[in-house]
Amino acid sequence: MARSVTTRRKTINTALAWAIGLLIFFPILWTILTSFKTEGQAISDPPVFLFFDWTLENYAIVQERSNYARFLWNSIIIAGGSTLLGVIIAVPAAWSMAFVPSKRTKDILLWMLSTKMLPAVGVLYPIYLIFIRMGLLDTRVGLVIVLMLINLPIIVWMLYTYFREIPGEILEAARMDGATLKEEILYVLTPMAVPGIASTLLLNFILAWNEAFWTLNLTAAKAGPLTAFIASYSSPEGLFYAKLSAASTMAIAPILILGWFSQKQLVRGLTFGAVK
Amino acid sequence: MFLRNALRAATALTLVTAAAAQADTITIATVNNGDMIRMQGLTDNFTEATGHEVEWVTLEENVLRQRVTTDITTKGGQFDIMTIGMYETPIWAKNGWLVALDDLGEDYDVDDLLPAMRNGLSYDGTLYAAPFYGESSMIMYRTDLMEAAGLEMPEAPTWEFIRDAAVAMTDKDNEIYGICLRGKAGWGENMAFLTAMSNSFGARWFDENWQAQFDSDAWNETLTFYLDMMDKAGPPGASNNGFNENLSLFQQGKCGMWIDATVAASFVTNPDDSTVADKVGFALAPDTGKGKRGNWLWAWALAIPAGTDNEGAAKEFIEWATSKAYIELVASEEGWAYVPPGARVSLYENPNYKDIPFAEMTLKSIQSADPIEPTVDPVPYQGVQFVAIPEFAGFATEVGQEFSAALAGQQSADEALEKAQALTTDAMEAAGY
Repeated sequence: MARSVTTRRKTINTALAWAIGLLIFFPILWTILTSFKTEGQAISDPPVFLFFDWTLENYAIVQERSNYARFLWNSIIIAGGSTLLGVIIAVPAAWSMAFVPSKRTKDILLWMLSTKMLPAVGVLYPIYLIFIRMGLLDTRVGLVIVLMLINLPIIVWMLYTYFREIPGEILEAARMDGATLKEEILYVLTPMAVPGIASTLLLNFILAWNEAFWTLNLTAAKAGPLTAFIASYSSPEGLFYAKLSAASTMAIAPILILGWFSQKQLVRGLTFGAVK
Repeated sequence: MFLRNALRAATALTLVTAAAAQADTITIATVNNGDMIRMQGLTDNFTEATGHEVEWVTLEENVLRQRVTTDITTKGGQFDIMTIGMYETPIWAKNGWLVALDDLGEDYDVDDLLPAMRNGLSYDGTLYAAPFYGESSMIMYRTDLMEAAGLEMPEAPTWEFIRDAAVAMTDKDNEIYGICLRGKAGWGENMAFLTAMSNSFGARWFDENWQAQFDSDAWNETLTFYLDMMDKAGPPGASNNGFNENLSLFQQGKCGMWIDATVAASFVTNPDDSTVADKVGFALAPDTGKGKRGNWLWAWALAIPAGTDNEGAAKEFIEWATSKAYIELVASEEGWAYVPPGARVSLYENPNYKDIPFAEMTLKSIQSADPIEPTVDPVPYQGVQFVAIPEFAGFATEVGQEFSAALAGQQSADEALEKAQALTTDAMEAAGY
């Protein structure tokens, strides 16, 4: 039976949700606002919120100084490539763990997560040396592989959780009807798990898009994505906050737009199986 | 006849091939600051003159340091030129990681480099990195507030005068603080300032046997003086303030004095960004009469990692970017206030540059810092505001955290010094000194 909710309670909840939402969004909003200020306005005390002379000067300077399109393209290839490759590997892995579990399945899942327990810098030198040997430094292929490996445990975990919610009997029925393993995964399991796979894709795309340690340390002039673009505007000796904010806004704009249009799928996927 | 034509054709072919081979693409790793960005904008001049293309990798200073260190220690070969400082140059040169710059052309006039810069970027008397621009530190002060306090800033003040003036200029009710100094922890943040300050108090990091010296009276005097002055006349939350935070405070008219990098002079006198642009005076960093002043010495310099495939083109670029002609080029394109300062003697002899209000004080500050003999008592290391050994960045940052905690009021000067002594001793023992 549904619990009755009073209008007053509804209003309070809505106001609270908006307040928390705005609080979380505020740093991004402030970055966007700062990008339209002059450097002087960016550091003014007390800070100016909306009433300043809006200018596009910072965007013009950033456009003139940097090849934004190249950084953006690298980000799309690296984040998209690593996510797709990760899902292609993770779907069969998660299928096997969810529907054909062994005694060691839980251990394997935990072991996969253990790769996330080491600080990235701890393996910087070994990976850097491997990349030198394989000619992968400053290449998009190299970064696609590294980011895929970094995010693979999360992808497998997420898909495993979604697959567990799908009744095994449906797959059994498909098998009874003569479906091969490939057909079972491709035509029965995958369509049922689309919301889960979509949210996994989106979340990992965002994680790969924002990854800054490996993308800064394994690139130079050719494969640098938008994280390298932002890093080129940060300076401990000089107040360039407005330009840095413009660069940051340009870097996060594509992912913000993507997140906005796919928020329904994202929320649906993230809450998949939460309510029974 | 046929033979002659064949020879001509072969010669022409060789020349064309050689020219094609000489047109290289070099990759340069650099920091994000005004002078470096200006250089990037002028790179087309270099490409037109030599045919070499240039690709830039611009990173924040600390990211750059980590990035180029990884690359050079693993011989990654990602960069043909690296922008490094006075700290890295002698260490990397000693390890054989850099190409010696001892064969730059006659036009280059290596003797025109400021001696302090040349010494700081050399190892065993050989230049390994060419200074693009150099800086020291000096006092920037508000002339109006100094006058209102009934004081006159000497060209070379003592620390006592600075403390008294700071207290006199402070008006906390109106958010005016007599002195703004670095307090944020880091070997290149508060420890750069405090190490340089300690030199003027007769302190040093190590004695000649590499024994830590934080238990000395001179260090106690340095830290106590700093904490006391900041308590009386510093801004609130000073333990979080680095260069940018203090620059922001000064530009908004909230600092009476600021002792920091000479490069800040062009920022605080720029009327577009600074509300006090026409009220700024300059003086040498203070001393205590012991023979050393509390100013540092730094250069951003261009170096070539050993083993690069494009050594020839890289040297050509360094000769171009750190030449007298480059200074002239910047002056003609953007004006004399924007030329890279602190690298060449001839710049300070140029009558056009003498009109810049902070030029003379910048030169005097650079000249008064000695990277070879930085302290009153002898030391086994090179470096004014750092100790040029690989372990320094690690333990100096930890010492910086202790001093920053003392500034935040979380511990006393004695406690901070005691911890600094213990952790430095441990680090040096672990490093085998």
